Amino acid sequence: MQAILKGLMAAAVALAASNASAATIEDVKKNGILTCGTNSATAGFSLPDNEGKWTGFVVDYCRAVAAAVLGDAQKVRFIPLTPKDRFTALQSGEIDILAHNATWTSSRDTSLGILFAGTYFYDGQGFMVRKAENIGSAKDLDGASICVTQGTTTELNLADYFRSHSISYSTVGFADEEAVVKAYEEGRCDVLSADSSTLNASRQRMANSDDSIVLPELISKEPLGPAVRQGDDHWFNVAKWTLLVMVSAEELGVTSQNVDEMKSSENPNIRRLLGVEGSIGKDLGLADTWSVDVIKQVGNYGEVFDRNIGKDSPLKMERGLNALWNQGGLQYAPPVR
Amino acid sequence: MSGHSLHSPLANSSLLPPTAPPWRIRRSPAAWMRKNLFSTPFSGVLTICFTALAAWLLYQLLSFAVFDAVWTGGQEECRANPDGACWPFIVEKFDYLRYGAYPVAERWRVDLTLIIGAVLIVWLLWKRAPQRNVAALLFFIAYPVVAFVLLRGVASLNLPVIDTVLWGGLLITLLMSVVGIVFSLPIGVLLALGRRSELPLVRAVCVIFIEVVRGVPFITVLFMANFMMPLFVPDYLTPDRLLRPLIAIALFSSAYMAEVVRAGLQAIPKGQYEAAKALGLSYFTIMRLIILPQALTIVIPGIVSTFIGLFKDTTLVAIVGIADFLRAVETARVDPNWAGPTISSTGYLFAGLVYWIFCFGMSRYSQAMEREFARGHKS
Repeated sequence: MQAILKGLMAAAVALAASNASAATIEDVKKNGILTCGTNSATAGFSLPDNEGKWTGFVVDYCRAVAAAVLGDAQKVRFIPLTPKDRFTALQSGEIDILAHNATWTSSRDTSLGILFAGTYFYDGQGFMVRKAENIGSAKDLDGASICVTQGTTTELNLADYFRSHSISYSTVGFADEEAVVKAYEEGRCDVLSADSSTLNASRQRMANSDDSIVLPELISKEPLGPAVRQGDDHWFNVAKWTLLVMVSAEELGVTSQNVDEMKSSENPNIRRLLGVEGSIGKDLGLADTWSVDVIKQVGNYGEVFDRNIGKDSPLKMERGLNALWNQGGLQYAPPVR
Repeated sequence: MSGHSLHSPLANSSLLPPTAPPWRIRRSPAAWMRKNLFSTPFSGVLTICFTALAAWLLYQLLSFAVFDAVWTGGQEECRANPDGACWPFIVEKFDYLRYGAYPVAERWRVDLTLIIGAVLIVWLLWKRAPQRNVAALLFFIAYPVVAFVLLRGVASLNLPVIDTVLWGGLLITLLMSVVGIVFSLPIGVLLALGRRSELPLVRAVCVIFIEVVRGVPFITVLFMANFMMPLFVPDYLTPDRLLRPLIAIALFSSAYMAEVVRAGLQAIPKGQYEAAKALGLSYFTIMRLIILPQALTIVIPGIVSTFIGLFKDTTLVAIVGIADFLRAVETARVDPNWAGPTISSTGYLFAGLVYWIFCFGMSRYSQAMEREFARGHKS
């Protein structure tokens, strides 16, 4: 039975791959609009505002790809997807690119017919505790009861972590995140554990949000990244390098404000990044101004982070792992040359 | 003597025991309570306990929703008051909850569609309105076309086409329900007649359709339509993301409706069929003039309860990424600009209120209809 199902799925994926055109970039240019699959509602990452306009961190990545390919960050059609249908929508060609809070794993890269094109957010499972408990590290959590959402990898990660550190704990599981937050607030557990990208949003919804802190440790690796279909290397490159030029721009100090002045910079790295020298635009099949369009209309990586989830947003997340490599984080872009 | 004898049977009251006045006239509130609420000590205790419980619950609800609620201000005022609902949040999100991402400049088209629909429905349902069959024609034939043109848009009429991924909120919920209601009744009647047909092929098709649809959960059908169909069917043949659940909900509710209608058909005595046949009427005339009017009248409660179920089932489309009203509430409540302890409760309370208003409205109308039609054989 299992084998038959697997065979069916493989056939479906093969069929789907033939449905979707091999040259996604040509389709996008022909339609004049990028179709991007995003989360249906995740605070800071992808959320419609009061007028229904999509905003957020992964939404801005889609806008950057649209700016790169079409020269206009507004030419995006957003399709909200659930975790269940996000990969199918990509396989079937319903969307051109998937910008979801999807973790990059080996099995997803190899068996779903998709490829992750980088990591825009290094997420990981973290802990929130009450300040009054005076806990400074996850290793101090011996004997703690931990509230989690049931049926996710959260519980498995906890088991792995605490077993390898020989710490005893107990979990209190709930069906959804809302219930987990309520239970923690009511004191039914000492610790709330979830991905760090949602911990801050959860903390904010509490009545006494200042009484709790998020511990600095992350016990799992959850690199979130955009995904494209396999077999379209050109489009894969566009998706990958759109993210990388945003990171490079931050590293080189190019922002949406100063990008025009920076074009006359003497720094050869900046000149190559902005297409004044070299041929990265042409090599990617994009306009020479593509990186300028991305940075001017959307911003560099740091601007996008701060605006949506960082210090200029209500969520106030720390850069943490998502700081640049030369500032203690993991965001590192290969050179543009 | 003669006068005396004339009065004697009535005047001699000792012969007749005094009869109590009719029960209904004598009943005072106190007596009613004694009989219904405090007939035994046990029932008295129960009455007191449950009245206290109900009063306490009502007080809790009202103090959250009204007495302690925040009526003006913004996020700070709401955060400062964790005991009451945050109505400014609903006010700010009200447009989003109604229209979803429908472009602001074009929202008048949604309003116009809803107003036309409301006028037609009132015309259709108000018993003393003139020309109600004209209203029926307009509602079932002309209105879907008008609604399609207005909501989706036709470029040549200077109405820009609005991508259905932008539709959302109450618009989707009403659209889903109206499509389900409008299609399920006629298709359901046809299926019910088909299932009782003497033609074996027709009967087999109807039985298979009804049993297959009723045997599969609605969510499964939505998942199949949304995740599997795009994999097997070429891109240009895949229906629009919104059209898929619309078709699913119409077919689904018609299968349930068919069984409700069939129940009504079976309640009609055989003599009705035989008498109609003896008059030489054709099958369709018998159905149209004699059987269906009686059968449908009998099953009004069943029909309306299918409609109410359908209205609430529309929330299931959220799992395939369609932003219906409940999904819009869930989206609005995670907005970090409105983060606070009462935001989710306020959102869900509002959603519950809106669903209750619609469902209660349908239920009351059906009760009025029953009283109107069922005079002849109401028990």
